[in-house]
Amino acid sequence: MPVIEIKELTKTYNETVVPVHALNGVNLSFEKGEFTAIVGPSGCGKTTLLNMMGGLDHPSSGQVIIAQEDITKMDTSHLVDFRLRNIGFIFQSYNLIPVLTVRENIQFIMELQGRSKKEIDERVHYLLDAMGLSDKINVRPKYLSGGQQQRVAVARAMASKPKFILADEPTANLDSKSTETLLNLMANLNEKEEVTFIFSTHDQRVMDKAKRIVTLEDGKVMNDSNSGVLHETA
Amino acid sequence: MKQLSKLAWRNLWRNRRRTLITLASVLMAVILAIAIRSFQKGVYGNMISNAVSFSTGYIQVHTKGYWNDQTINNSFEAGRQVQQALNNTPDISLSVPRLESFALASSGQHTKGVEVMGIDPAKEQEMNGLGKKIVRGKYISNSDGQGILVGDGLAKYLHLSLGDTLVLLGQGYHGTTAAGQYRIAGIFHYPLDQLNNMLVYLSLPDARSLMAAPNRLTSFSLMLKNPDDIDKVTTSLQHTLDSTWEVLQWPVMNKTLMQEIEGDNAGGIIMLGILYIVVAFGVFGTILMMTMERKKEFAVMIAIGMHRIKLITVVILETIFIGLLGILSGAVLVFPVVLYLHIHPLALTGAAAETYQQFGIEPLLPTSVDPRIFLSQGITVLCIALISALYPLWYINKFKLAETLKQ
Repeated sequence: MPVIEIKELTKTYNETVVPVHALNGVNLSFEKGEFTAIVGPSGCGKTTLLNMMGGLDHPSSGQVIIAQEDITKMDTSHLVDFRLRNIGFIFQSYNLIPVLTVRENIQFIMELQGRSKKEIDERVHYLLDAMGLSDKINVRPKYLSGGQQQRVAVARAMASKPKFILADEPTANLDSKSTETLLNLMANLNEKEEVTFIFSTHDQRVMDKAKRIVTLEDGKVMNDSNSGVLHETA
Repeated sequence: MKQLSKLAWRNLWRNRRRTLITLASVLMAVILAIAIRSFQKGVYGNMISNAVSFSTGYIQVHTKGYWNDQTINNSFEAGRQVQQALNNTPDISLSVPRLESFALASSGQHTKGVEVMGIDPAKEQEMNGLGKKIVRGKYISNSDGQGILVGDGLAKYLHLSLGDTLVLLGQGYHGTTAAGQYRIAGIFHYPLDQLNNMLVYLSLPDARSLMAAPNRLTSFSLMLKNPDDIDKVTTSLQHTLDSTWEVLQWPVMNKTLMQEIEGDNAGGIIMLGILYIVVAFGVFGTILMMTMERKKEFAVMIAIGMHRIKLITVVILETIFIGLLGILSGAVLVFPVVLYLHIHPLALTGAAAETYQQFGIEPLLPTSVDPRIFLSQGITVLCIALISALYPLWYINKFKLAETLKQ
């Protein structure tokens, strides 16, 4: 059973003025443990697709089914709880909470989930070990390098034990060494915890690591390496 | 809540200088607001205290109709019913019997209209410390042949000194002629010129004899253990006494003073309003900036699973922290000054003092240390801070997640 199933998804901006079709009848599904890169030129709809999968924006039509629930039908409050339980996010510019330490940033989401202190402590230490950041546990983000901050962001996304993680251009601000380290760590977690990773990226190094590549163009799926064929568009 | 409080507190210090500037504006406003209110309330308290203790008391009990027609004919017999009612009201600290009338005072070639007040000297002393106001001669006791006490203004006008004789001529009870001559036993000086120029005191027996009104009184002036209980005591006495009595509070009997206080109070409130507006804009600016510069951070928090209501709570907590810090530090700084000026009131001199005295007010500017002033100003400033955070809160509730994340 797929972790995410997307059916006939469309998103049109400025519907009443000059309509811009960001997504145009996208059909996709993602299985557990996938390590997928969504690629395509700027403005092809990558970020819009990720926003729809993450329940951060509402589509014009179509369905996004996660764990047998169509999230496009959920109200805002229900969506927040759904994201908290099921989805991890990694952003291009890290977006850690600057007034919290590394530990607090990671445990923040687990506290929102209402987990026990013991469970939180164990998970924080496990993730920081995995990310090689145990010595930075009480440091605030501004004292970390970009690569370190993005590793903390990955740990934060993993902390809630989500069904899948959406990463929007996670390596765009990183140098090649940090990118390599980050990709290896994510690939490792993907193997170990069987978490589904879905990236939007322009970065060839990410594409090289990806097990599956979905190519978008003008809001349509032009290619999906899973099927090996060029998709027909609606 | 602990998590949200921690976030709010740390957010406050992200831009230390801006927060300190906002705190300083709240602090200054609180200091000024408390100082203004404390001076106003202190001066009003002094005015009321003067008026109450030197003339009416907090409450007066008369025969019905006396206040509108203050003649000796509207006096009452000091019977058991009223005395019992007063004794059985525990909130009354002192009931002072008086027999008041007007007469023409004459000495040699000089005459002047005066208010003759028949008093129980011991009780009067307890009420307003009259005995301590005697500047020449001695105080009187509650028996006949005691002589008369006159204000120094009146003594000067009538060219009287101790031992001289003052003639009083007026109307007694039921149209009798009230006439008598009295030896000047003492000359008193009140801080209020109005009283010094027109008031004379006789012992109750002497006054009753003058006015041919044996065992009669025109009023009981009541002092209260707690002036805030004035309504409670009034209601209680109105229930206890029958309809032939009137129970009046000092604001009814001293409307001029009440109007003066209300007029001045309105001016003070306008001043405070201006201060509050300054505080509101200061806090509004800070909270708005703190919100706008964190738009993306807020969007990320909502994206990862934080409800907007929790973010709103964080911003409310930030506002409360700013407000409380400013209020508490302002109150702590201003309290010693207010306390000092309460114990050592500023004394007015020169023309300002004369103006006060003409209005029958002691020329002093005491402050009030009533905790309600601090509390009310604190709550008002906090409410203003919270109101000024409404727009940022509205923004948090409405901003579009995907658009904000894209920025």
